[in-house]
Amino acid sequence: MNSLAKLLEAALFASPRPIPTDELASLDAEASPAAIQSALDELREHYDVDGHAVELVDAGGGWQILTRPEYTEAIERAQVAHRPRRLSPAALETLAIVAYRQPIGRAEIEEIRGVDVGSMLKSLHERGLIDVVGRSEALGRPLLYGTTGAFLEQFALRHLEELPRTDELAVALRVREQETLAEVVGSSGAA
Amino acid sequence: MDHVKTATVAPVAPGRASGAATGDGESGFVVDLPHYSGPLDLLLALIRDEKVDIYDIPVARICQQFIERMHHLKLDEAADYLEMAARLLRIKAQMLLPRPDSEVAWEDPRGELVRRLLEYQQMREVVDVLERLGEDRRNRFGRTYVAASLTPVVQAPLSLSLGELLSAVDRVLRAAERPEIHDVISRPIDVDGFIEVVRAVIALRAVARFRDVVPPGAEPWEVLSGLLALLELARRGELRLDQPRPFASVEIRRELAGEAA
Repeated sequence: MNSLAKLLEAALFASPRPIPTDELASLDAEASPAAIQSALDELREHYDVDGHAVELVDAGGGWQILTRPEYTEAIERAQVAHRPRRLSPAALETLAIVAYRQPIGRAEIEEIRGVDVGSMLKSLHERGLIDVVGRSEALGRPLLYGTTGAFLEQFALRHLEELPRTDELAVALRVREQETLAEVVGSSGAA
Repeated sequence: MDHVKTATVAPVAPGRASGAATGDGESGFVVDLPHYSGPLDLLLALIRDEKVDIYDIPVARICQQFIERMHHLKLDEAADYLEMAARLLRIKAQMLLPRPDSEVAWEDPRGELVRRLLEYQQMREVVDVLERLGEDRRNRFGRTYVAASLTPVVQAPLSLSLGELLSAVDRVLRAAERPEIHDVISRPIDVDGFIEVVRAVIALRAVARFRDVVPPGAEPWEVLSGLLALLELARRGELRLDQPRPFASVEIRRELAGEAA
């Protein structure tokens, strides 16, 4: 490994959070972006080819060194480290709606889920997965929510665009037809 | 009736009992279900189980099944589910209304429900994606799994020798001046003393005023003591306090009756 790759490895090992590529570049002012990239590639290959128990992952808004999944059970059984608790389906539903429709208010989420989500929003907020990003101009100026960096990290996403686009989902096209239909129904139904 | 067969979910233990007791007594309603995360979820499950076309929902049949499953799951009192049941009934009622002859104006009352179901189903697909991604990430440990936004700035441990610490303590102690200690002299209110003063004054004068008891420029404790002495003597009946009109000087007189007694 060249010295730049070793420097990046040291920084990634020291950091408790993912480091974006441009932050890695500030470790060595003389290194070009291409050099940083090739050093990262070298480091990743080093972990993959030489058979390390850790790997280099680009997720959660930056690079980080993670253990490979096959060791997780043994690590957790020995209580060396603990996996975060799994989110409930209801929490995931709420999170999915916020991720796709952000910024979104509580009433709209409840409209889609068909249940009260007040306490769910509170607990997702406490876990740092969503945050208040503003207020709607609608009546009562309700709070609007969006996802956070912690959300990206928890789902190992580089950015939100990595989530499947709605038109890639199985029901997408039909929804689009139905949405125009629903607009007609909605406007005349309200009258 | 095959709803018993299709309802693969066993009756759930009540999570949190509501204040209102249910009719059949056994349990309160279940707020959160392990299998259905809401009325739309239950409805979608029914549509799947019954293999009906989502664009042409047989409302009466689905509504009946919905209510049966609600009973089965002891959801009778959960407002979200009740609302959906009511909505289904309303849609059925709307569909029974005679349609106008002209073909223009009729809209399928199920349209709004279908839109919501599809929207919800789309979110469920996203949930599957998130679940997979989250599970994958869960199984890898980073250096710490604290979310970036919650990570406190880690302070490097202090590097300090014992000698440095002791000399720092020494400097602090030397820098600190002897604290100035104030003696607080207590000046208790002397009511008894002023009672004697008042008695002396009213022995000499038929009508005395407050300033005869407390001279001008007296300290606050003297004013207070004088006032309390006057009130105390008035209470004991040794003197009488009169004020001819508001804000006039108070007149202090011997109480003849008190003296006699």
